[in-house]
Amino acid sequence: MRPVTVVSGTAVPLDRSDVDTDQIIPSDWLKRVERTGFGAGLFAEWRDDRSFVLNREEYAGASILVAGPNFGTGSSREHAVWALLDYGFEAVVSPRFGDIFANNCTKQGLVPVRVDPEVGRALLDALAADPSLEVTIDVERGTIEAPAAGIAGTFPLDEFTRTRLVHGWDDIGLTLRHEDSITAYEATRPAWRPSASA
Amino acid sequence: MAKSKMTLVDKVWESHLVRSAEGEPDLLFIDLHLVHEVTSPQAFEGLRMAGRGVRRPDLTVATADHNVPTVDVDKPIADPVSKKQLEVLAANCEEFGIVCYPMGHANQGIVHVIGPELGLSQPGMTIVCGDSHTSTHGALGALAFGIGTSEVEHVLATQTLPQIRPATMAVTVDGELPPGVTAKDVALAIIGRIGTGGGMGHVVEYRGTAITSLSMEGRMTLCNMSIEGGARAGMVAPDDATFAYLEGRPHAPKGKAWEQALDEWRALPTDEGATFDKEVVLEAAGLLPHVTWGTNPGQVVAIDGSVPDPDSFAEPAEREAAARALAYMGLTAGTAIRDIQVDTVFIGSCTNSRIEDLRAAAAVAEGNHVVAGVRALVVPGSHRVKAQAESEGLDEVFRAAGFEWREPGCSMCLAMNPDKLTPGERCASTSNRNFEGRQGRGGRTHLVSPAVAAATAVLGRFGLPTEVAR
Ligand code: SF4
Repeated sequence: MRPVTVVSGTAVPLDRSDVDTDQIIPSDWLKRVERTGFGAGLFAEWRDDRSFVLNREEYAGASILVAGPNFGTGSSREHAVWALLDYGFEAVVSPRFGDIFANNCTKQGLVPVRVDPEVGRALLDALAADPSLEVTIDVERGTIEAPAAGIAGTFPLDEFTRTRLVHGWDDIGLTLRHEDSITAYEATRPAWRPSASA
Repeated sequence: MAKSKMTLVDKVWESHLVRSAEGEPDLLFIDLHLVHEVTSPQAFEGLRMAGRGVRRPDLTVATADHNVPTVDVDKPIADPVSKKQLEVLAANCEEFGIVCYPMGHANQGIVHVIGPELGLSQPGMTIVCGDSHTSTHGALGALAFGIGTSEVEHVLATQTLPQIRPATMAVTVDGELPPGVTAKDVALAIIGRIGTGGGMGHVVEYRGTAITSLSMEGRMTLCNMSIEGGARAGMVAPDDATFAYLEGRPHAPKGKAWEQALDEWRALPTDEGATFDKEVVLEAAGLLPHVTWGTNPGQVVAIDGSVPDPDSFAEPAEREAAARALAYMGLTAGTAIRDIQVDTVFIGSCTNSRIEDLRAAAAVAEGNHVVAGVRALVVPGSHRVKAQAESEGLDEVFRAAGFEWREPGCSMCLAMNPDKLTPGERCASTSNRNFEGRQGRGGRTHLVSPAVAAATAVLGRFGLPTEVAR
């Protein structure tokens, strides 16, 4: 995956709570066997509405999506992350993320920025008032700032994930360095555990 | 670090540690990897691009469920994109030596229905699948959770997953469930209480006398819905009901191995005095059947209730979400749930498509008829469930009552196959998600139990089996 250290740019305020992954990318789009081209399906049903925030010109070209609480709940579909990345987002901000979604983000280099609810609210309001507001997310320092609006916050990331994001490391490669441990574990497994073949 | 008093989750976690290092996630061994057509193609492609193989095809099982049509399954699939996805699954399984149950196979079905029924899902195991409802398998006392496609690729390549240890949450339901109140209602009541985010970052262990007296099917329904409360996994400690359910199933241990397994399984329940990071307690006694009114499963009331007024919510975000939900659902605040009429009834999905669910629905349908103008579908969870139901004559009961009896699959739970709602169509559904558009663009979903779904089909509006005349 692509390394990501700082994400800086304008942001789109999606002022809704409980945006589940079915909304981010509807199931029609899940029939594809490719990993690319999902940007066109991002929020497909809402984008039919011309006034939907993603359709508004003043927010075009944004690299950050700021949403209400419980973003990315529901289905495990990584297609949601592919769609956000393909559309051009490099970071998503919410006071709370669905666990699987947040996990999927970090596997693909989309930064999940979990902010305090007050910071999230302040950002949504500031972006509604000023679409040109610049927001900067620093992955190494774990900070999010919009100085022109006087907003500054932090977000948690475990050290391992932070390092992986910053270096763009591939998880599988990292795990395969411990292949000996896997083999050793396999030797200790009870023989009666089920197997697909038996 | 091993604690002296351990929870069920702790025990499964500790016994699957391949590696544990300061400042890194634990590396967990995965006992069973279930695969389906939607979330796996890109993972197999990733393996090919990196020149990697599948480490343990013997611990990997695939089935076709999300896309499969539920009629004319002996004919070619009409939708070319769905058809291709199913072909790609078959080709990938062939290439990497993975057992696959394609459409029409006697073992085919919804991935979370076939795991337990084939005896593949057992207590104390780690089970993953590229599907959030993998939590279902926790009913057997396994640590089972959904993963994304990158993680699917990781498990295929290494049979392990790096995971940060989740927090634990005990949800205790004590007492006796009133008649007509099912596991589905308990699940909806819990989500109504904790909210859709209440379980985030946690693995839930369901405890208490109301839980232990549930059947295995009921426990599966309950664990299935854990993800709707935000929890990544839900578990019930294995007990005699679990062992009785497993004994004799195709992949269950046999003979001496069965005895060894029992010894291990009996040691799994949470130790007396072990603590959880969060605890929630519910009384079984006052519970009623539940119906969702909104567009997330936390927007739910008892069937005696009415559609709430958005202004009744204290939190501004909840108020707005409720107002948006009512607009989408075409509902007015104050309308009694029983006055809401439906167009469609869907009985199926990994939440409620097992034999017990079909029996409960058939008991209501028997001697009655689906009201004119309502379409009602029954989609069994697997070929095995279908065969069992047919041997009990349930298919005849449903057909005679005006329900359509279909072939197994996910079907109208997520509308990837031709079973979809049209815009504005209102559906009483036994599935797990009432999200906007989940059952078809513009469709309006109300989540209910199988018995309430069947009664609703007969009445044409939400109601209880006791309201259905004989
Ligand atoms: S039945 Fe529905 S929730 Fe269950 S696996 Fe299929 S699509 Fe997912």
